[in-house]
Amino acid sequence: MIVLRLALQSLMNRWVTALLTVLAIAFSIALLLGVEKVRTGARQSFADTISGTDLIVGARSGSLNLLLYSVFRIGNATNNITWASYKDLAGRPEIAWIVPLSLGDSHRGFRVLGTTPDYFTHYKYRRGHGLEFAAGKPFADLFDAVIGADVAAALGYKIGDPIVIGHGLGTVSFVAHDDKPFRVSGILKKTGTPVDRTVFVSLEAIEAIHVDWQSGARVPGQSVSADEVRRMNLEPKAITAALIGLKSKLATFRLQRAINEYRDEPLSAILPGAALQELWGLVGTAETALQAVSAMVVATALLGMVTMVLTTLNERRREMAILRSVGARPRTILGLLMAEAGVLTVLGILLGIALLYGALLIAQPYVDRVYGLHLAIDPPGLNEWLTLGAIALAGCVAGLLPALRAYRLSLADGMTVRT
Amino acid sequence: MPTDAAPDIVRLANVRFAWPGRGAFTLAVDGFALPARQRLLLIGPSGSGKSTFLSLLCGILAPQSGSIEVLGTDITKLGASARDGFRAEHFGIIFQMFNLLPYGTVIDNVLLPLRFAPGRRKRATAKLSAEDEAARLLDRLGIEASLARGRSAANLSVGQQQRVAAARALIGAPELIVADEPTSALDRNRQAAFLDLLFNEAGAAGATLIMVSHDESLAGRFDRVVRLDEIARVGEGAPA
Repeated sequence: MIVLRLALQSLMNRWVTALLTVLAIAFSIALLLGVEKVRTGARQSFADTISGTDLIVGARSGSLNLLLYSVFRIGNATNNITWASYKDLAGRPEIAWIVPLSLGDSHRGFRVLGTTPDYFTHYKYRRGHGLEFAAGKPFADLFDAVIGADVAAALGYKIGDPIVIGHGLGTVSFVAHDDKPFRVSGILKKTGTPVDRTVFVSLEAIEAIHVDWQSGARVPGQSVSADEVRRMNLEPKAITAALIGLKSKLATFRLQRAINEYRDEPLSAILPGAALQELWGLVGTAETALQAVSAMVVATALLGMVTMVLTTLNERRREMAILRSVGARPRTILGLLMAEAGVLTVLGILLGIALLYGALLIAQPYVDRVYGLHLAIDPPGLNEWLTLGAIALAGCVAGLLPALRAYRLSLADGMTVRT
Repeated sequence: MPTDAAPDIVRLANVRFAWPGRGAFTLAVDGFALPARQRLLLIGPSGSGKSTFLSLLCGILAPQSGSIEVLGTDITKLGASARDGFRAEHFGIIFQMFNLLPYGTVIDNVLLPLRFAPGRRKRATAKLSAEDEAARLLDRLGIEASLARGRSAANLSVGQQQRVAAARALIGAPELIVADEPTSALDRNRQAAFLDLLFNEAGAAGATLIMVSHDESLAGRFDRVVRLDEIARVGEGAPA
């Protein structure tokens, strides 16, 4: 194919502008696919945070709020559940297991979660993965604490190190439970979930450090020592939320309704999956905005390509006249220019894919470590291929603009070689 | 001089052409005929409608009325794309300058018309491969093999480029060679040498040659000299 060869040589002859055009398209494609990767990665990370839990129970509130504070440690509970209600719930026959959660304190910016050792067996993430200990074991003593992988890494804690829990949730606590220090008894393996950024203590421990506190402040002149507290009744009066696993999934909606209509106290029960759906609905707008921006970047790159082909047209009128004189039909010239646009677009797409996967290979471990966001390095899915195909097609169609102009020029120029 | 036996290879009758939307520029040719194997010099200063005349003859433009017979075919009856095919098969065209695709190799430039003309390809490859035939023609026109192989056409001098263009026009032996001021970019000595080569090769291939020039001093070397304004009337308006 001598004409195709000459067309490619013509493109090579203009390799600097051609390369820049291809690069512009490549970056836009990498951005488009990258946004999609981050989007699906983020969704997957969120969806992977909790699995195996059938219901989450908390004080009456929106399901999103309950999900966010109980699982993602974002925001605060509006109210507590009384211990009596909790015990009543725990006694119900449908329930296979129930894990109480008590939130509200922090350790150097990391949230402290009061719970029972059952948490470490029943909490599942990423399609049924259980928590594993990198070192040590669950808390056994009243003042034992288990820490997540990020807490251990960020603060450099080892087994046996003492920690002091601050009251409230700030990074810098002005009031601390410094009279009752804890000891690190276990460190969890990395999970990529909020568990990594959590300090776990027993429910009794939460109760113990608040024994001599009232209304968020230490009661003056009333100080209970760590040893005294061990002898006290540390049964909690209230908890923040509870995770529930059922014996049979069929009971889910029945129990949910029962909890929502609980007589003694206003409670809410949510299905984690349904609440996540609600979350997607909320962040969907932002995702659409991101996709729209990257689509516009692709459109800009294609426009740049059309501009590049258009500006070279005038200096290529000679080329057209020569081709016409040896018998090329105007359609051949139309086809050549569309092919040129198509080749530039396809090269841009291929380079863009290469750029994305190159960047993923380099950045994936870092993103996983720093943001807890697992970006899957898998081949583009059907949707992505369809999008890329549509872009390639759009490139060719965009090529119609210069091609039609060349067609008109070559008809008007006839045999005249214009320079 | 033409013999009575030679059939006309080109015959124009009552041709009327007007550029669409370009003022009132019109070209009219009442009658013109050219016998086969003749060497015709068409004298026409710029603005005399020379480009339009050549475009009509080669079938790039179609007249509004009249007939243009080439080799017995009335090309005004053909569709646009059939005219393009006809031109590819039967015309070799040499421009004033900038004849070559600068990024292509010399050989590719010469081979280009064969892509659009299967008949010419068949003739060109009757004895040799297309590449060898191109090299043979280039050699005859004084382009050494070392220049022809693998070199891009942009590296050639103007005189060399014109000779490569001549080889492109001649390959596959089309019946008509149309040359639009092919020597105006060359100096006197080179002009003569180029014409010698062109005449020799066109003669050897049995082609009819139509050359357009504003330089009447070349007249002595042609069988026939026609002033464009003798055969064509140009109407008012800006020339194309």
